[in-house]
Amino acid sequence: MDRSLFQYALRMGDTTLILSQRLAQWCGHGPALEEDLALTNLSLDLLGQARLWLTLAGEVEGAGRDEDRLAYLRDAPDYRNYLLAERPNGHYGDTIARQFLFDVWHYFLLQGLSGSADERVAAIAAKSLKEVTYHARRSADLVVRLGDGTELSHGRMQAALDEIWFYVGELFVDDDVVADLAGRGIAVSHEALWPAWHEHVAAVLQEATLRLPDAADARHPAYQGGPSGRHTEALGYILAEMQHLQRTYPGASW
Amino acid sequence: MNTQARTLDRPSTQQLRDWLAGVPDPEIPVLSVLDLGIVRDLRWDGASCVVTITPTYSGCPAMQEISAGIRAELAQHGVDDVRIETRLAPAWTTDWMTPAGKAALKGYGIAPPGEKAIDISGLSRRAGAPAPACPHCGSPRTRLISQFGSTACKALYRCAACGEPFDYFKAH
Repeated sequence: MDRSLFQYALRMGDTTLILSQRLAQWCGHGPALEEDLALTNLSLDLLGQARLWLTLAGEVEGAGRDEDRLAYLRDAPDYRNYLLAERPNGHYGDTIARQFLFDVWHYFLLQGLSGSADERVAAIAAKSLKEVTYHARRSADLVVRLGDGTELSHGRMQAALDEIWFYVGELFVDDDVVADLAGRGIAVSHEALWPAWHEHVAAVLQEATLRLPDAADARHPAYQGGPSGRHTEALGYILAEMQHLQRTYPGASW
Repeated sequence: MNTQARTLDRPSTQQLRDWLAGVPDPEIPVLSVLDLGIVRDLRWDGASCVVTITPTYSGCPAMQEISAGIRAELAQHGVDDVRIETRLAPAWTTDWMTPAGKAALKGYGIAPPGEKAIDISGLSRRAGAPAPACPHCGSPRTRLISQFGSTACKALYRCAACGEPFDYFKAH
């Protein structure tokens, strides 16, 4: 099997799945009905993308595991999502800060992956890109509204951004999996995504009257490890909730 | 001989297409699966009728319902051996929606998508489609209320002229 592609598909599938699960936790708790609907629709888009990536992972592995087995029957150390996705929702500004930084990265990454030499990767990326373009525009709008809002919303948005910022670094790391796939034209260098990402984030934050955190702060190794299975304690709680039913009643369906 | 007889008996793809025009989108019943532009191919593979569909949004919960609807409709006409295949690329776009479908949406009170699919070439925040005209009174003076409406494929607008809120089927 193509071990790198398996790992990469898991990484993309787990990241979209866990972030989807996080956003779904806002269902019924959004600050306004429209925001509640928007976050759950975003969650649904990401869940659909997670299914495509995990199905691909199962195909590449060739061991008979489908999307459901991969999603429901792996424990935290086997999860390969980026740490950013599992960080707690916090208040609405925290969620929006996390979503904005992720969406912009996701957008540039999918743009690159749309040209993948593997047609399955290219198809999933091209399809997801249309949805993610919309997500990225929406979260930038909200960052501007909250950042350039009241004194209170500005302060909370800045604090949210400063805190989640540490977790963006690993999105741009070219480890052996990314390097191998990029070398074969199947994926793209993640490090190479940084300039475009940084430029767009800086422009939106400027419009939002928010201060751009230091690039060096995003490179701290203490905040990395998701793709190799070293997670924060937050992931276990997400999986406990998400996997409870399948683990308690194996094979349950309706 | 047997195979040939079956070949002669089986409905033409045009006939199949006409039948599929009766399968509605479960969430927007004025649109058929053909209007939506998700049926990409219809063919016979021996005795099996193969329907190739392209999903709309990745997480659209209606897709399963649509597959069931296609099976049920064809079964009503005696076509029981149906295989539904999914094709991701090229990705579905609202550009594939038929003019009849767009007109039906408008009549249903949902503003149809603008001509062009979403521009994925950049992230400029204001690069979105121009505001849709109100499907009720036709006024172009409308305002976005929420980027997502009752489903992922719609956004919520309000008309400044007649005051009515309405759904806009986003260009995708």
